[in-house]
Amino acid sequence: MSSSKWLAVFAAACVLVLGLAACGGGDSTSSETASASESESESGGGAPSAEVSGEIAGAGSTAQQASQEAWIAEFENANGGATISYDGVGSGGGREQFISGGVAFAGSDTPLSESEGELAKAIKRCEPGELVEVPNYISPIAIVYNLPGVEELKLEPETLAEIFNQEIENWNDPKIAKENPGVELPETRIVPVNRSDESGTTENFTDYLSKVAPKVWTHEVSGDWPVKGGEAASGTSGVIEAVSSGEGAIGYADASQAGELGKALIKVGKTWAEPSAEAAAKVLDLSKEDPELEKGQKNVIAFEIDRKTEASGVYPIILVSSMIGCTKYKSADEAALVKAYFEYAISAEGQELAAEAAGSAPLSAELTKKVEAAVGAIE
Amino acid sequence: MAHFDTTTNAGQLLAAASGGRRRRGDRIFSNISVVAAVTILALLVGVAVFLVTEGFPAFTAASSELPDHESFLSYVAPLAFGTVLAGVLAMVIAVPLAVAVALFITHIAPPRLAMLLGFFVDLLAAIPSIIYGLWGIFVLGPAAVPAMKWLEEKLGFIPIFEGPASITGRTMLVVGMVLAVMILPIISAVAREVFSQTPRKLQEGAQALGATRWEMIRTTVLPFGRSSVVSGAMLGLGRALGETMAVAIILSVSGGVTFNLIGQANPSTIAANIALNFPESSGLAINALIATGLVLFAITLATNFLARLIIARAEVK
Amino acid sequence: MTPPPADAAVLSTGSTRALLAGEGHRGGTLPGWAPWAAFAGALAVCGLLEAALGWFTIALMLVFGAPVAILAIYAWSRPVEGARRAKDRAVTMAIVAAFGVSMAPLISLLYEVIKRGVAGISWEFFTSDARGVVGGGGAAHAIVGTLVITACAAAISVPIGIMAAIYMNEYGRGPLRRALTFFVDVMTGIPSIVAGLFAYALFELFFGPGIRMGIMGSIALSVLMIPIVIRAAEEVLKIVPQHLREASYALGTPKWKTIVKVVLPTAFAGLVTGVMIATARIIGETAPLLVTTGVVDSLNANPFQGRMQNLAVYAYNEYRSPGVMKQASYDRAWAAALTLIAIVMILNVIARLVYRRYKTEIR
Repeated sequence: MSSSKWLAVFAAACVLVLGLAACGGGDSTSSETASASESESESGGGAPSAEVSGEIAGAGSTAQQASQEAWIAEFENANGGATISYDGVGSGGGREQFISGGVAFAGSDTPLSESEGELAKAIKRCEPGELVEVPNYISPIAIVYNLPGVEELKLEPETLAEIFNQEIENWNDPKIAKENPGVELPETRIVPVNRSDESGTTENFTDYLSKVAPKVWTHEVSGDWPVKGGEAASGTSGVIEAVSSGEGAIGYADASQAGELGKALIKVGKTWAEPSAEAAAKVLDLSKEDPELEKGQKNVIAFEIDRKTEASGVYPIILVSSMIGCTKYKSADEAALVKAYFEYAISAEGQELAAEAAGSAPLSAELTKKVEAAVGAIE
Repeated sequence: MAHFDTTTNAGQLLAAASGGRRRRGDRIFSNISVVAAVTILALLVGVAVFLVTEGFPAFTAASSELPDHESFLSYVAPLAFGTVLAGVLAMVIAVPLAVAVALFITHIAPPRLAMLLGFFVDLLAAIPSIIYGLWGIFVLGPAAVPAMKWLEEKLGFIPIFEGPASITGRTMLVVGMVLAVMILPIISAVAREVFSQTPRKLQEGAQALGATRWEMIRTTVLPFGRSSVVSGAMLGLGRALGETMAVAIILSVSGGVTFNLIGQANPSTIAANIALNFPESSGLAINALIATGLVLFAITLATNFLARLIIARAEVK
Repeated sequence: MTPPPADAAVLSTGSTRALLAGEGHRGGTLPGWAPWAAFAGALAVCGLLEAALGWFTIALMLVFGAPVAILAIYAWSRPVEGARRAKDRAVTMAIVAAFGVSMAPLISLLYEVIKRGVAGISWEFFTSDARGVVGGGGAAHAIVGTLVITACAAAISVPIGIMAAIYMNEYGRGPLRRALTFFVDVMTGIPSIVAGLFAYALFELFFGPGIRMGIMGSIALSVLMIPIVIRAAEEVLKIVPQHLREASYALGTPKWKTIVKVVLPTAFAGLVTGVMIATARIIGETAPLLVTTGVVDSLNANPFQGRMQNLAVYAYNEYRSPGVMKQASYDRAWAAALTLIAIVMILNVIARLVYRRYKTEIR
């Protein structure tokens, strides 16, 4: 190439760089000014010890997003120099970004497992420290339905499975009527609504169905809805919207989002259980930790949720979401920030805040102790 | 563009005659433009390379490792079908309407009103797709429920209205309509531009010969604008095929290949499927999703190629 | 998008003459209110019929009413004005009806967005960010983010796009030009999420995993914006009259100067309009920004450092994860949508003003 050609290329490059500089140069308002003014304001949240500062990012479960946003807001109020962000990219995305080192912590609706070697990879990512994985968000999944005039609907697990498997097709089916004496069930087509996107809610719900009604629900447990041909909607909002707009629809969604919709009572043992925070939190107290998911890691707490429990006052259709982090980070400051944030999220105060903002079920006192010990291992 | 080339030569000759400094200026300027052109091609190559390298593992992977345990081909086929179906539906609704809107603005409405309408249509061309999505589920979907029930009852013998009709309105028909509403302003903006440039003398000539307005439009405006309408339609089709959020939010995706437009089980589209499943995917499933993106790329390439062919043939005539 | 050579149209005018030879004009004319009467009458008849059958809805009345009205005006006009005028009236009515059908959803859309968006609009929405506010706060961070990200995308796309259009129109020939024409079309079909993933992969190569910057979003949006700019620019450059260029050459002006001083100023107004439309088209993209700029609740106006929020992602998140206070969240989502439309509208108005200002001066 002749020199003038190079000159031309150089000139073109300059034009581009100038263009970029023009758009980026002048305005470098940073978050410091914003935070400085707010660091004074005291609102009661935050780390018990000294204030922490710095910037960390997390990513993962969209189910946790509303509560993460609330935690972040209060945490930042208490720690003016700290900026935390949480991308609701989905659990899978969160785990992947955590493993690749893209984010400091992740939120996941299913614990890290051996499938695709994620657990091993996550352990490796944390070396020389150790992996921390603790449940931080429990939420009852309500079975919501839209049947004007039907105030209360009781469903046995088997019936529930048959409805979602599209085997029971009409609301006045004898199987439903048998459990609801005195309720006038209309002759309306049942339209089961499922999530069209892959989700932890679906995975937890199908896990429940396959455990309590193994004869009916023979599908594999997965975040992808296995039955074809139903009504599908994206996200919790989509499911709620679809159920609300369609008479005869039934769906599963985060209980806090149910709004005006009817919530079915589910048979647990001999009683009818209602999706409530206390009933949901109790399930984990009855569940055993799963050694396969913990793989000998002392700071990993992962449960095999006891879906088949027959205890009264328990609601076993729940979503348990975890926070994933490491005990050691590149810098002590980063580790301190992660630790403070995790501690806040699992504290009674943080859990209360999540219950208010996102409608989740606070961790029980017993579980909190265990989780605190694991989080305390962060250096 | 033959006439441009001749003047280019004339310009260069003149420039050449007037000394070296000017020639250098010319060379720099033309080189900058070449650099811009090459940058774009490089960008496109970059996207293509990204798609191929990220998608390739899915082509060779064993079917047991892919989502739904199917071979890649049977995974992507219903998605490609859904994409094309949604695109065709949108085009069938949007193109005639867009041409009518353009004709109305250029040849029927009073000039002052026409300018206002032109502005309005341009504005609509720029409404973000997420807003169309929200509008689709909150407004159009529920409003379409009784209509679809009616279609099922009265026209159920036609396979596309077979039903059972959806009770929520999240059907392929509604998606087609939302996409049509989305691309209508784009197509009609392009069509309007050319229709209004139909040489005055042709139109006046036709009218002087006593042609009615419609005859004038049919014999001068439409032939003049035909290729540009095809071009505009392709631009719209591109957006319809690649539309992600609106489709993902609206469509009830739970079936394989079906022509039933008003049921609750609809095939997904490639772009929407990526948006729905990408967040929770990891490993090979991500490769599979990106590979479907490559298929969409190929579909777009093929439709554009076809469009160019049609335009070229129309021009030869 | 080359218009066919004028000869083709002239030939078609020939067929007009053939048409004329066919049939004469009968002389009568319908009164000016005839189309309106036909339309109203058709609607009334259809409405009554449907009511009798028990199907009545306004939508159905319009759906059946329009074709009936078209037939009615044809049947009315034919005996009075002759077949050709009748056909003209029928087609005119069909076009007007089609126009009405097309505008209805668009007006409904604007109406809904305004109606639902107003509830979430407040002073706070524009002036404060969401840092440290549980379930609420303003959207200033998202508005600033949208403006910065879009401005950067425009700063990248506009020079490249316009220079490429100049290349295609003024310099290009041979395989590169043809390739460019074709691939620009292909580029318009890149799914937006793929553009986002591409930008992420590109930056991951250089900065490692987990990188999130405003500029990444701008790059992703540029991939979507460039082809639109080129398309628009090409169209307006094409219609710059050839004699202007020739006059400039005749004065001995070098080609590049002709382009800069004659061609671009002439096309300026059209270029601005095109750029504005392209900008407006990308300003509301969600999918590519979700994977490149990240989500954050504090104000950040520096595209080269840290995460940035933007309005489209903000609206999507508020819709998707509303928390317990659902309605308030939905209100904010619609308010963000309304703000986006307002920004787009302001850009459009500016483009129109520029167009007006320069149009008269040059042509």
